[in-house]
This record gives sequence, C-alpha cells and structure tokens, in this order.
Amino acid sequence: MTSTSGARAAPDATAGGPVGVVARGLAVRHGSRRSWALTGVDLVVEPGERLLVTGASGSGKSTLLAAVAGLLHDEGTEVTGELTVGGRPPAASRGRLGMLAQDPDSQLVMTRAGDDVAFGLENAGLPPEQIWPRVDEAMAAVGFVHGRDRPTHALSGGEKQRLVLAGALARRPGLLLLDEPTSQLDPGGAALVRDAVARVVADRAATVLVVDHDAAPWLPLVDRVVELVDGGLVEHGTGWRPAPRAAGLRLPAATAGPVLLAADAAGYTYRGTAVPALRPTDAALRAGRVLAVTRPNGTGKSTLALLLAGLRAPTTGRVDAAAGLASGVRRGGTAPHRWRAADLVTRIGTVFQNPEQQFLTGRLRDELALGPLRSGEHAAAARATADGLLERLGLTEFADANPFTLSGGQKRRLSVATALATSPEVLVLDEPTFGQDARTWREVVTLLAEQRAAGRAIAIVTHDADLVDVLADERIRL
Amino acid sequence: MTSLAVGPAPDVALARINPVTQLAAILVVTVVLLSSLDLVTPSIVVAAELCLLPAAGLTSPRAVWSRTWPLLTSAASVGVVNVLLSDDAPPLAGAALALRVVGLALPGVLLVASTDPVLLADALTVHWRVPPRFAYGALAALRLVPLLVVEFESVRLARRTRGVEGGSNPVAQARLFAGTGFALLVGAVRRGSRLATAMDARGFDSGVPRTNARGSSLHARDAVFLAGTVLVCGVAVTASISTGAWQPLFGG
Amino acid sequence: MAEQAVRPSFTDESDASGPTRWRTVDIVVTAVLGVAFGVVFWAWGLLWNATGAAFTAFPPAQAFMYGVWLLPAVVAPLIVRKAGAGLFAEFLAAVVSALLGSAWGAQVLLYGLLQGLAGEAGYAVFRYRRFGWPQALLSAVLAGAMAAVLDLVYWYPLWSAGWKLTYVALVVASTAVVSGIGGRALVRALARTGALSSFASGRSRA
Repeated sequence: MTSTSGARAAPDATAGGPVGVVARGLAVRHGSRRSWALTGVDLVVEPGERLLVTGASGSGKSTLLAAVAGLLHDEGTEVTGELTVGGRPPAASRGRLGMLAQDPDSQLVMTRAGDDVAFGLENAGLPPEQIWPRVDEAMAAVGFVHGRDRPTHALSGGEKQRLVLAGALARRPGLLLLDEPTSQLDPGGAALVRDAVARVVADRAATVLVVDHDAAPWLPLVDRVVELVDGGLVEHGTGWRPAPRAAGLRLPAATAGPVLLAADAAGYTYRGTAVPALRPTDAALRAGRVLAVTRPNGTGKSTLALLLAGLRAPTTGRVDAAAGLASGVRRGGTAPHRWRAADLVTRIGTVFQNPEQQFLTGRLRDELALGPLRSGEHAAAARATADGLLERLGLTEFADANPFTLSGGQKRRLSVATALATSPEVLVLDEPTFGQDARTWREVVTLLAEQRAAGRAIAIVTHDADLVDVLADERIRL
Repeated sequence: MTSLAVGPAPDVALARINPVTQLAAILVVTVVLLSSLDLVTPSIVVAAELCLLPAAGLTSPRAVWSRTWPLLTSAASVGVVNVLLSDDAPPLAGAALALRVVGLALPGVLLVASTDPVLLADALTVHWRVPPRFAYGALAALRLVPLLVVEFESVRLARRTRGVEGGSNPVAQARLFAGTGFALLVGAVRRGSRLATAMDARGFDSGVPRTNARGSSLHARDAVFLAGTVLVCGVAVTASISTGAWQPLFGG
Repeated sequence: MAEQAVRPSFTDESDASGPTRWRTVDIVVTAVLGVAFGVVFWAWGLLWNATGAAFTAFPPAQAFMYGVWLLPAVVAPLIVRKAGAGLFAEFLAAVVSALLGSAWGAQVLLYGLLQGLAGEAGYAVFRYRRFGWPQALLSAVLAGAMAAVLDLVYWYPLWSAGWKLTYVALVVASTAVVSGIGGRALVRALARTGALSSFASGRSRA
C-alpha cells in the first residue's frame, strides 16, 4: 500500500550497487506557475558516475532534483516525459537514495551523533548488533572525528553536514543526491563537507549527483558538468570553468567622509557564559566607506553587527554615534542601543542574515512602506517611497505578493530595500550575499556600491572572500 | 534552563530506573493526590519524594532551588488564592493545597533530572507500544527547541530594526509579541516540512518495522520502585484516614 | 507509462488519504508546531512575569489569557487535518513548557493531554471531515471548558460555587475568541505565506 516493494529491501541487499538515472524529454510545470520549470531534459547518468548540475537560481535545478528523488507530488504539478532511477520510477527507488540538503538543522533528527547515523538503519529494520558497526564505519568514512555520544547541538555547521552524510551513507545508497550542501556554511565548514564527499565517492559505490549554482569548488570532484539554462540542459566539456562572479563588475567610486559610528573596545558576553562572544573590538564606520568584518568561524562577527546596529548594549566598552547622526534623537544620546526604534530606523539600517526574520506585513508594498510610516512620514509619501524602491529593484510585479512567497534572491533584495526605505546614513549588513547565485550577487554588490557612493557608511559582516575583495575599503579580522 | 540541549542521561541513581516506570509512578501519585484535599496525604508523599532528590543528583540547595522555584511560587499562590476566594476555608486548608501542588509536580522534576528525551522515547516505544513515528517525530521536533528560542530572540531584535517596538503600551507589546510569534511559527512549519523530507529520505515512511538501536530494558529494580511508590501512597492514605483528616475531592 | 515514470505510488492529497493516515510531514509539522507554540508560551510567560506579577496571583484575570494556551489544540487539526493532531500538538507544547520551566511544573502535561483530547472532540463530532469556523469554535470551547474544570479540580477546589462558575465562563469566552477565531485566522495567515503548501489547508480557499 505504501511505497512499492523496492523500498522494503534492506539497504545492503545484493540488488545494491550504484544506480543510474535516465531522463528523456522530461518536462515539469508546477501548479502555481505558468511557465515550465523544466523543458524537455535529456540526461543519462551511468551508475557510479559523478555529475554536477549547475545553473542560476530559478533555472530548474531543484525541480530536477525533486523529480529524481521522487518528491514531485504536489497537486497540480504537471509532468511529462520519462524519468527512471535504477531502471524504475523514482518513487520506487527511494529506498536506494541518500540525500544531503542545505540546512543541517533541518536534517538532523537525534540529539547524539551516533544515534542520528543509526536512525536510517533503524528505519531499515536492521538488528542493533548490525547497526553500530555500520554507524562507526560511516562516521569514519566521512572523517567525523567525534564519538557517538557527541551532542549534535555542539557541532559546527560543517560537522553537522558531515554527520548527515554519514547517516545517508550508512544505508549504502545507490544514488547520492547533494542539494547545495555547502551554501549555508562558512568556508571552513564547506571545505569539511567537500572533503567528506571526496572521500566517500572515491570507490564509486554510489552514483553522485551534485546540484549547486556555485560550480567551481565541485569541479575537482565530478566527472561531468551539465548546466540548466531556462529549463533546458547544456553539457559542458571537460575544460569548462565558470566565469568568476566579479568579472567585469564596474562599481561607482566614493570618497570618504567623517566617522558616523564608532565602536571603542566594545565587547559582549552573553549572560550566563564565561567566554565573551566578542572580545573588545574597535571599529569606525565612515561615510562613503565599506568596512568588512571577517572571522574564520564563530558568532563574534554577528555579535559585532548587533552592537553596531544598536540592537544590543556592549557589556564592555561602548558604541557611539557621531553628533551629526545622533542629532534629533529623542532619547539615548549617542548610544544607539538606547534609541527608540523609530529613531533607529532612520539612522541605522540593518539587514539580517535571514531576511524572513525582518518581514512584518503580508504584502511587499506594505513592507516597504512600513519603515517610513514608523519614522513619521505621511502615508502618501511612504507609499511613494515604496513604489520607487519597488521599481528600482525590479520587484514591481510582486507589489501585492506576500514577502514569504518570494525566492531567496528576491527576499534578500527586499530586505535590503526595506532597510534603505528610511534613508539611513549607516547600513549594517550580516552576510548579505549568503546563498546568492552569480546574478543576484552582482546585483547586491552593485546596490551596496551605489549606497556607498551616495555617502553612506556601510559595515558588512561576511565570510564571502569575493565580496571583501570587490567592495571592502577597510577590513577587520576578528 | 535549556535542559533540552542535553547529552547523555546524567549518571545518577535514578537514571537506572526506566523512564516508563517513573511515568507509571507519577500516574499513581497523581491519582492519589488529586483525589484528596487534606494535609496528611500530601505531607507523607512529599516527604518520600524529597528523599529521592539526592538520587536524582539534586544535592545542593542551589540545584534544587533552580529547578523548583517556579512550582514553589505557584504552590504558594494557590494556597493563598484558595483561602481568599472560598467561603470558609481555614489557612491550613490552603497549606494542604500548596503541599498537594508540590507533591504533584516534584516527580516531574525528578524525571527530568534523571533522564533524557531519547531514552524516554525509546522506553515509550519499546514498553508502552507508542507508535514510533510519533515518538521519534516528536523527538526530532524537540531537538529544535534551543534553536527556536534563539530564533525568537532574533526575530524580536529584527522587529526593532524595522522601527517596531513594544514600549510601555501593553497593547503594543501584545501586538509585537503576536507578530514575533507568527514569524516563529512560519519558520517552524517550513523547517518541519524540510525535516519530514529528510526523515523520509532515510526511510522513515518505508513501512518496514523499525528496530531500536539502543534498546530499553526493565529490571527488578523497576518493579521495586513502582511497588515502593504504591506502598508510600497507601501509607499516606491510611494515615490520613486513621487520623480523621481524610477529605476526598468529591463527596464527604 | 510516462506519467507513472515520475508520479509516486503513495497518495499525496492529505484529505484524499483520509484523516487517520498520517504522512511523515503531517507528524513532523504537527510536532514542530506544538514545540514552537511551547516556545511561544515560555516567552509569553516571561512577558507576563515582567509586566504583571500581581496579575498571576489573581487567577480570574488569568482566565483571559487562556485562549493562547489552547491554540495548538485548535490550530494543528486545521492545518494537517488528521485525527489526533490537536492532542499531539497540545501535548508537545505542554512538554516544552514544562521543560523550559513554566510556573506550573510538570502538571501541564496532564493539562496538555486532557485539553488536547477535549479539543479533538470538537473535530471528531464532525468526523474530521470539515475544518472551518464552526469546528474551530467548538474545539476551542470544549478545550476551554476542560481547562477550566481542570483548574477547579487541581488548583481551586475550595472556591465558592459563584467564583467557580464565573471562572468557567471567562475561560470559555476567552478561548472561543482567541483560540477559536484567532486560531482560524492564524491558519489563514500561515497559508498566505506559502508555508502550508504540503497540506490541503494551504491550497483550499476554505
């Protein structure tokens, strides 16, 4: 009644081994859209082969992955053409699949590392005495250095992804699907994951399909590269290299102005912890300059962003706004964390790493008008500002859409726009290029450069090395 | 406070009692205490529970206080309120009710201090035939609690960046809270959907009967523990009746 | 054959498969919903302690707050449309409340169970086939009544009859408005964000 008998076989049955994927004329359209996400895709993946599927956001990569994983079952989804995995319909082969997706915290199930890896084997009905040796084997295969009892919450992002990979491997899959597994990790974590993947694919016991808009890091690990362009497939030759993101980017120049906001030995220790999240740090934000804050890993840089944005008070040291910036503030003097929110919003604009956390309304237009309204503008003026911004960012057609329904790149543009709507002189951004493909990356960079040229002081907390190279005038390494 | 961000079960004496045994004991105690309103029954039961505190690793007064202060304040409040709003109850009746609250809540404190959610889920699925998909689905969701707590705080700060703040107006505070709560729920539902897909990718819905890698076992000491609980409750009720203080909830 | 090549064999429409057949996504989303509400309750409790400690000592005033605590029981079935969703969500919200340190300790678990059951009755009466305003209101009223009765047994058995009746009335009124009407509105708002796309409740206009 549930999945067909294919899924009932134990993962290490003799029918194991790598499986291939064959697609002929595969076309998919989602119910809510008018255009086809995939148009006539022909693809043959041999068992044991390693393939990279790349392409910009919205090109159909996730749809192709969902189709192969047998996850295309929303009502109204139209599918034509043929797709088989291991010679059978994708749903029948689901038991032989292993998946690694982007967000580790949405994939881990148990509180201890070993238990999580064992999870998939428990589901397969293996007896306990067979489970634990395989758990150890899988954890060693991915290079997970901690033991079985390590709490999962204590792991870094890269380590969590490694663990998820171990969990997938323990089931000895015939096909491994990797859906942008490093896009939410810092460079160290991403390297950990790629290293783990390289280790496990060496013996070709499974076919590997990697989907990622960022092709360059995966090239050494794969045999073939295909790219999805507007729903159609293009095969690249062995010498192909993607164009670097910053190629040909021309940004407006800017001149430095006075310091608008300064941190003076500002540090922060969370209540109840002994180790400071941020050691006393100096930082000065000048008009017309971009300050980049980097750190190998850890939360220190986000904490600095919170202090600069006036969202938390430093536990040591101080953060001061220049007299010009602080003029007209009703309460709090030059300390932004004491300002009222309505005053803060017109002076310091903040963009969080997760744009959804800053969404308040049910419509784009309202979202953009909210800041101006809150800071005292009249309704008509606020609406005009909102419409102007919508056009500037190419989001006019979504004016009445719910912000949560936008794509990742659009949400990012929206959150930057809402920060700009009140014309603050200082901008603080936390990982603004997170998860962006080449095109939206360039848009964000251009937008920020324009703000800089307009005389704003910008602080960017990031681990994106390209962004720092292209945009940073000054740099702090924590 | 985030006892949920927990690793292995603490190495305390009470941890050797299976969680389902403790749950059964809690059930017994609850029935006995709920059905009586006098002072004697809860006194005896609470005294017995206090003896178990060291077995749960709660030896320092500080540790005990940090885990029990909420229930102590509410117990006090119950005692006071009942006396105030009743027709003719003496203060001692208030004390009896307060003690009853403590007696009902303390076993829960003991349980939390001596086990962890994974062991509890294992015990429930192995011994009480709780459907594993629900037990482990719940466990996966519980794992997200510390993350959700952090996210709540982030969303609250994010509101400040948009110019929205509660200030001193309670209505504004309530609206701000509702908005923050909503954003949290949206994120949680999305995360849940992704988690479900990931669990299915590891065979969660394959229909194959699940095994348990850790197992859960019952021993003689579990029977002893349960018998001991029943005995203590029996003694409490007997003492209460024989001293004439017995006052059942319904009737009498 | 081409169609079958991609369409999986398990059913996808959550109401087509009936209210007792739980998919993984039904289980996990209900669980996460319950847990998220538990976190919201904890934060709500903190807010309460900060603004009105005096309030917490005067239970009839607390009756107004009740609607919030019962949201999981009413909202979960509206979203996943499965039998037992309200019970599951409400119970988990109680578990999280207890673990995060609510002022009521572990007896919230019993509350969660019984309130959840009472809320379920509101949907069971309609055989889990309808999930609209009347169902939400009935569920809210029943859950509220159960909560009030539990309070009277557990905490306030010595109150005079007059106070007891007032209390029940206040609690039921509060839950009808906040959990019933508010809960239904909450689900509609969630559907508009697109978060409910895996469920029939996210697609229908009902």
